[in-house]
Amino acid sequence: MENFKIDVDADGIALVTFDVPGRSMNTLTGSVMAEIPQVVERIKTDDAIKGAVLTSGKTSGFCAGADLGDMAAGMLTGGSLQDAYDAGWKLNGALRALETCGKPVAAAINGLALGGGLELTLACHYRVVGDNPKIQLGLPEIKVGLFPGGGGTQRLTRLVGVQAAMMAMSEGKSFRPNDAKGAGIVHEVVPAGTEVEAAKAWIKGGGKAQQPWDDKVYKLPGGGPYHPAGIQNFLVGNAMLRKQSYGNYPAVLNLMKAVYEGVQVPMDAALRIETRYFIKTLMTPQAQGMIRSLFLSKQELDKGAVRPKDVPQSDPKKVTVLGAGMMGAGIAYVNALAGIETVLIDRDQESADKGKAHVEELLKKRLSRGQLTQDKYDALLASVIATTDYDHIKGSDLVIEAVFENREIKADVTRRAEAQLTPGAVFGSNTSTLPITGLAEASVRPEDFIGIHFFSPVDKMMLVEIIMGAKTGQAALAKALDYVMKIKKTPIVVQDGRGFYTSRCFGTYVAEGLAMLEEGYAPALIDNIGRMTGMPRGPLEMHDDVALDLSVKIAKQTKEDLGDAYVPLPGWKIVQTMVEDLGRYGRKNGKGFYDYDQKPKTLWKGLSELVPVTINDSTPEMIEDQKRRLIFRQAVEVARCWEEGVIDDPREADVGAILAWGFAPWTGGPITYIDQMGAKAFVEQADAYAAKYGERFTPPQLLRDMAARGETFYGRFTGAKAAA
Amino acid sequence: MTDAYIYDAVRTPRGKGKKDGSLHEITALSLATQVLENLRDRNGLDTSKVDDVILGCVSPVGEQGADIARTAVLNSGWAQTVAGVQINRFCASGLEAVNMAAAKVKSGEADFAVGGGVEAMSRVPMGSDGGAWPVDPSSAFPTYFVPQGVSADMIASKWGFSRDDVDAYAVESHKRSAKSWAEGRFNKSVVPVKDQLGLTILDHDETIRPNTDMQTLGALNPSFAMMGEMAFDAVIHQRYPEVERVNHVHTPGNSSGIVDGSAGVLIGSLEAGKALGLKPRAKIRGAASIGSEPSIMLTGPEFVANKLLGKLGMSTSDIDLWELNEAFAAVVLRFMQALDIPHDQINVCGGAIAMGHPLGATGAMITGVVLDELERSDKETALITLCIGGGMGTATVIERV
Repeated sequence: MENFKIDVDADGIALVTFDVPGRSMNTLTGSVMAEIPQVVERIKTDDAIKGAVLTSGKTSGFCAGADLGDMAAGMLTGGSLQDAYDAGWKLNGALRALETCGKPVAAAINGLALGGGLELTLACHYRVVGDNPKIQLGLPEIKVGLFPGGGGTQRLTRLVGVQAAMMAMSEGKSFRPNDAKGAGIVHEVVPAGTEVEAAKAWIKGGGKAQQPWDDKVYKLPGGGPYHPAGIQNFLVGNAMLRKQSYGNYPAVLNLMKAVYEGVQVPMDAALRIETRYFIKTLMTPQAQGMIRSLFLSKQELDKGAVRPKDVPQSDPKKVTVLGAGMMGAGIAYVNALAGIETVLIDRDQESADKGKAHVEELLKKRLSRGQLTQDKYDALLASVIATTDYDHIKGSDLVIEAVFENREIKADVTRRAEAQLTPGAVFGSNTSTLPITGLAEASVRPEDFIGIHFFSPVDKMMLVEIIMGAKTGQAALAKALDYVMKIKKTPIVVQDGRGFYTSRCFGTYVAEGLAMLEEGYAPALIDNIGRMTGMPRGPLEMHDDVALDLSVKIAKQTKEDLGDAYVPLPGWKIVQTMVEDLGRYGRKNGKGFYDYDQKPKTLWKGLSELVPVTINDSTPEMIEDQKRRLIFRQAVEVARCWEEGVIDDPREADVGAILAWGFAPWTGGPITYIDQMGAKAFVEQADAYAAKYGERFTPPQLLRDMAARGETFYGRFTGAKAAA
Repeated sequence: MTDAYIYDAVRTPRGKGKKDGSLHEITALSLATQVLENLRDRNGLDTSKVDDVILGCVSPVGEQGADIARTAVLNSGWAQTVAGVQINRFCASGLEAVNMAAAKVKSGEADFAVGGGVEAMSRVPMGSDGGAWPVDPSSAFPTYFVPQGVSADMIASKWGFSRDDVDAYAVESHKRSAKSWAEGRFNKSVVPVKDQLGLTILDHDETIRPNTDMQTLGALNPSFAMMGEMAFDAVIHQRYPEVERVNHVHTPGNSSGIVDGSAGVLIGSLEAGKALGLKPRAKIRGAASIGSEPSIMLTGPEFVANKLLGKLGMSTSDIDLWELNEAFAAVVLRFMQALDIPHDQINVCGGAIAMGHPLGATGAMITGVVLDELERSDKETALITLCIGGGMGTATVIERV
């Protein structure tokens, strides 16, 4: 065995040390999965072994769970359905054998144990965890479109009851050691470093080699589905899951099915049921897409997959942020957290101080949650300097401007800031719409001028969109990426163009809502269908959030820029009337498609007078069609961006779409959506929508070519990479 | 095919379905037994001529379990040759029992059959029998399950019935029920319930509040708001996204009451009746059931009424009186709106909002109510229907002979 070391001590206690060679973290690789049954067999059959302690040989943690790379590569689902079940059962069967081997087995959890890692320990009779606030215990599989498939759905539920287990598994939240003890997930929290000792002590003290659920008197905490109290967990639980998931995530439903069916039968049958639902889930396009985009691709981008290799690594130590509004202050905050000295500049001291006050507020939150010590808090707060004085810029590795979306103002701050910069320092513009090449005209060093587009609220949004101007150099790109990685956000790199990648594609979602409004769809129908696609909000309410007057401004600017080529969007007049005649600017003045004077907001009653409602009944078929329409509109735009060269990496396109504008995460992203559907089917549907709703749905030639050749984006991309 | 006729209909009064209700100390078996005893005794019925007793019961567990129909047959001293079967079509069980009894007669399987029902809701609470639909995610999830009250609130929201609309309907239900009692309209069918000594323990429907008005009803809190906000509004919203918000208008005051009660309808062929010297009161023209969208659940009556009228070659104008169980006020208001039925032709003697809805028995009870009313007001034809859990509707058309 290469992953496990077994040492039997004088008391006959086998210390099983889990240590995957050549990896910084233990995961359940194909090789580990193959060895677990051998470990169990040895414990069971070796008469010299009286009991066993399972621990990790890594300092990084106990085990981070299944190896999703291996999983995506078909570790379980490579062969027939029966093969997949058998492969899935291998782990569950072995863990069941472990907990029924007749010898006491304890887990000495000396680091984080997530997913399959925690499930390994749940199959032990006793769990000891080190008292280290950094240790997290949890079952986060749902975040990548899966659910626990190593007995977790059955063992956690039997330990803590349906409600607590479903909350932990359906939200994927982790527990700190003491919380895990409080919840009944682990038995003992001991000083870090003494886990093995404590686990052995439990065995020597006569630890019982039986799981609670194998005891005749066992009763499920809180009751099962047809228990008078337990029934509520399912009645309400089913509803909560639909509320959260809109029925878009097979994992969520299959998790509940595994729990519902599993708790009604003995453990062996329960584990078979879990394995079946797990394999079924793993084989869904949603799980495949989510594992790839939300885990594998995101991880690759986080590690600098798109960084130019030949530029030496840089480490930004001082960064200046111009403009101390919400955006600028948010950037200053994430800088501070990353240990970057930050200068926050605004036109007057009051505005600069207001920005810093926002940083303080965010830091205080962390302090109150115990995520920062007072000393660290003081140091971080002191690392942000609020000023009006451009002299403070001196020595900055990077300047990020986050001033008004106005070319003159941006040009002015660019010139003033560059005057203070040393060669090699980068100037980044946090514009969301203005083309970088144009803004770079104000720069005397356009090769160091780059777009660094953050999303609001900066502290919560994980993506940063890097935009290359026509003259931006590879060194500036590398430095911008080093900065984004330092503040622990996920970067994507796109080429310049109106709205770049994210704003441009997101805009189509909002605009399509307007088209629906003009077609007579009831406003509630439009926004609810939007949410049902998996977007965080409907297109009309999003429009209110973005501000209607801003969209009028952008439209006017676009018209000016494009001249005769400008085609007004359907429904555009509605917004113009609302802004110019009725003073409805959106959420910011409390009046938009919604009225905001009460909570919750209500649809503006006058809207139906402005646009008569003719479609006020729905059928599931119509809803599906309109959901698809909203997704298609965005996906067609993404394909166009690809054709125009705005993006060229499917990982960036998918991860960017999900993290930037909340594109339906269950799809794995727009490129995965097209690939899974197949270019041919996608083109046919897009053509049908174009005939019905307009040319904006017409698929680009690229997709027709791909359809003709049976290509996929990911196939082309890996092909191109291999050729290079 | 043989025609099926109604010879008699009896029902117990409805007792408040709580621990302080008058019938709480009377078993479900006793309620069903007393109905059968009365049917026999007031008709001088030779029970050996009856083939089957079909009783609806929605929570057939505990004392209502294990085929309470057969137990009641034996307990009431009916001939042991009379078979018994308990059925469950949720709220329409009592009417379905009538329809099945009629079908048995029509097909020639039975000469006489009883269709009825029993539900002692104070003793065997609603939901006691479990059931996969709302609990098993495999069925709850794809059908957008929500509790009935949330469905009823969605009906009100989607078709525009305000809190005042539903409350006004409820006020009228109490008025009509009280007036019907005052005028003795129910005397023919209601048989007092006797206690263990044989003394009368209840002789009238217990939950009518004749003085109910908009003020008292308006003061009640919506019953399903909390449940809705917790998660169920979001669920039904995903099925009806055209509605901006679920308006929770239903309260205990404008929804059917929880009560205890039992009823039975004696059905037989013309020949069988003649042989026993019994006089038929009405002919069963036809019956139908239908499935409808399960999340909104309670719109089935509209569809089943149309289906049945179509089958019988009738139109809404051929129906003199409509009887739709008042499960929730909005259910009736939506039915009236959809089929364009004036309020003075439907539930003219009041209904379950005032008098209560003993789930398994109600269909048989309202069959008796509307038959009595046809005779009293000298009208010919009535359509009886109920909305049903799971999204169904059952309906029956009767015609006086």
